[in-house]
Amino acid sequence: MRREPPQTLGDYSPLLFPAAMLTIFFVVPFGTMIAVSFFQREQGGFYTPAFVFDNYQRFLSAFFGGVLGFSLMMAIAVAVCCVVLALPFTYLLTRMARRVQIVWLVALLSILSLSEVIIGFAWSTLFSRTAGITNILVALGLMGEAKALTPSFAAVLTGMVYQAFPYTVLVLFPALVRLDPTLTEAARTLGASPLKAFFTVVVPALRNTIVATLIMVFIFALGSYLLPQLLGRPQHWTLSVLITDQAIYQSNMPFAAAMAVFLVLVTLGLVALTVIAGRKGETA
Amino acid sequence: MNISSIKRRTLLGAGLAGASMLAMPAVLRAQDKSLKVGVYGGYFKDSFDKNIFPEFTKATGIAVESIAEPTGEAWLVQLEQAARAGQAPADVSMMSQVAMLKGQATELWTPIDMAKIKNASNLLDRFVNKYPDGRVAGVGAVSWYITLVTNTNVYKEAPTSWTALWDPANADKLGLLALVSNSFLLEVTAKTHMGGTNALDTEEGILKAFEKLAEVKPNVRLWYRDEAQFEQALKSGEIPMGQYYHDVTGLAAADGHPVRSTFPKEGGIQDSGCWALSRASEKSEEAHIFIDYMCQPAIQATLSRKVGTSPTVKRESTDLTDKEFAAVSSDIEPIVPRYDLYQTKSDWLNQKWTELIVG
Repeated sequence: MRREPPQTLGDYSPLLFPAAMLTIFFVVPFGTMIAVSFFQREQGGFYTPAFVFDNYQRFLSAFFGGVLGFSLMMAIAVAVCCVVLALPFTYLLTRMARRVQIVWLVALLSILSLSEVIIGFAWSTLFSRTAGITNILVALGLMGEAKALTPSFAAVLTGMVYQAFPYTVLVLFPALVRLDPTLTEAARTLGASPLKAFFTVVVPALRNTIVATLIMVFIFALGSYLLPQLLGRPQHWTLSVLITDQAIYQSNMPFAAAMAVFLVLVTLGLVALTVIAGRKGETA
Repeated sequence: MNISSIKRRTLLGAGLAGASMLAMPAVLRAQDKSLKVGVYGGYFKDSFDKNIFPEFTKATGIAVESIAEPTGEAWLVQLEQAARAGQAPADVSMMSQVAMLKGQATELWTPIDMAKIKNASNLLDRFVNKYPDGRVAGVGAVSWYITLVTNTNVYKEAPTSWTALWDPANADKLGLLALVSNSFLLEVTAKTHMGGTNALDTEEGILKAFEKLAEVKPNVRLWYRDEAQFEQALKSGEIPMGQYYHDVTGLAAADGHPVRSTFPKEGGIQDSGCWALSRASEKSEEAHIFIDYMCQPAIQATLSRKVGTSPTVKRESTDLTDKEFAAVSSDIEPIVPRYDLYQTKSDWLNQKWTELIVG
């Protein structure tokens, strides 16, 4: 079957439905948010339509810059951890028997059915002093005294990696299944160890997939606002937490919208940079 | 004359028949009269559903659909957004003071007609919220205290003062509320270390309070927005000390959990909730009946016994015993939040506060 580019207007018609959905559920709300970000905040009240830059001005400070920097760093850390863990895992998974694969995939999918709240509370219990995993270590004689592992950066990172891991595997899985096994076989025949074959053949062959996965997990992690609150200290709160604070608790919609717009712009900028860098790498 | 009298009777008869016919739908409607009431979700709402609403429906024929509302200001945003679209997710809501005042600033609350609230004479004046021009924006529903709470397994002796928050011995052991406008820790700092909440009159005073409060940070393990998060940790002893609601802590203790609530010698923080009617609601009549019903001393006493809140009506008007009253209140003068600050300086306070705890 040959794919032909659409000729007439009618050929585009299947696109109408998704386009309409995208407009109604994404473009319109996002446009509203941009509009609200320029509205005038009324302290102790709500907001009035206007066109002011106050909200953006307030955001441009060392304090919010620091929070934004931390949020980006955290999202990058989550993305890198997820891919580093998921790539070998998924590679080995694709080499397993079909039945084993199904069991693993169903288990991973079931994690997706858990809400962020449940994941957060579960990990905070596991990391607690009174009921956490350190008690097992104490029972085994590996530790002198049970201690709390949360709130800490490591706890937030663990929770967020746990949450994003199934997505990472699901995105990597199709590409790894399609990967031609003869590539690694050839590498092995030429004397490479399995580890060397993985790093010199499999990883480079999947470069684009890996970059795409990193971007996806990065954006996914950037939106997280519950886990940093449940597992971290205030200095581990991401920009999303502060946006929620402004929108829900301070009823300062304009400022919340301005922060959200800023976050989206920075994210898009970073993604664009990654894609451009990737293209350059390909042509070189 | 005879003729005219017959005529009058006939007329009267016809009039009666007509009136009763007109009244028929009204009778039918009376049976499905309903009111959506917002109360704080969780234990509060459960208690209202069990102890208050069924009795109200029995007494008035108005069915209550209770709505679980999130913490004051989050609910305020939802009500405000909905009212802009002409919707009322709840007709009457219980609103904390800060949320009440913010709603008043945008005229979110329909003024209450006090002539229809016959039980209003029992109310304590300070629990009636008024617009600047004197219209009533909200009527006191319940009042509650935020106190110093501890896990009894970890702290054998109850602390006696808010200074425990600053004690280096309590490093990494505290759970405090995460927002400036619901923790009221500035007031606590001012009362404990600066001679009273008047110290917050000036910006310099507030900055000094922030500075003093910053010393608490190393002791804080959790700044919570979600009450369940702290309650759980307090019960298990994971976070053995903090500020929490006196009513809920009392209930947890009654259930056998190792927790206690203490009124520090500087006083507990007293906050209160008002019944307020959204301007988008079309159930004004039912709402007035509901608010009037809730102002009865007997109902307020039931709330004290079952929910653990403090009455908003004069104590003498209720039949609460000394012991029952002591369980929900204290003779120690309470710390009354500086609500005015959260209106006039809310953004500045919020910014400083966020920098304090995040920075």
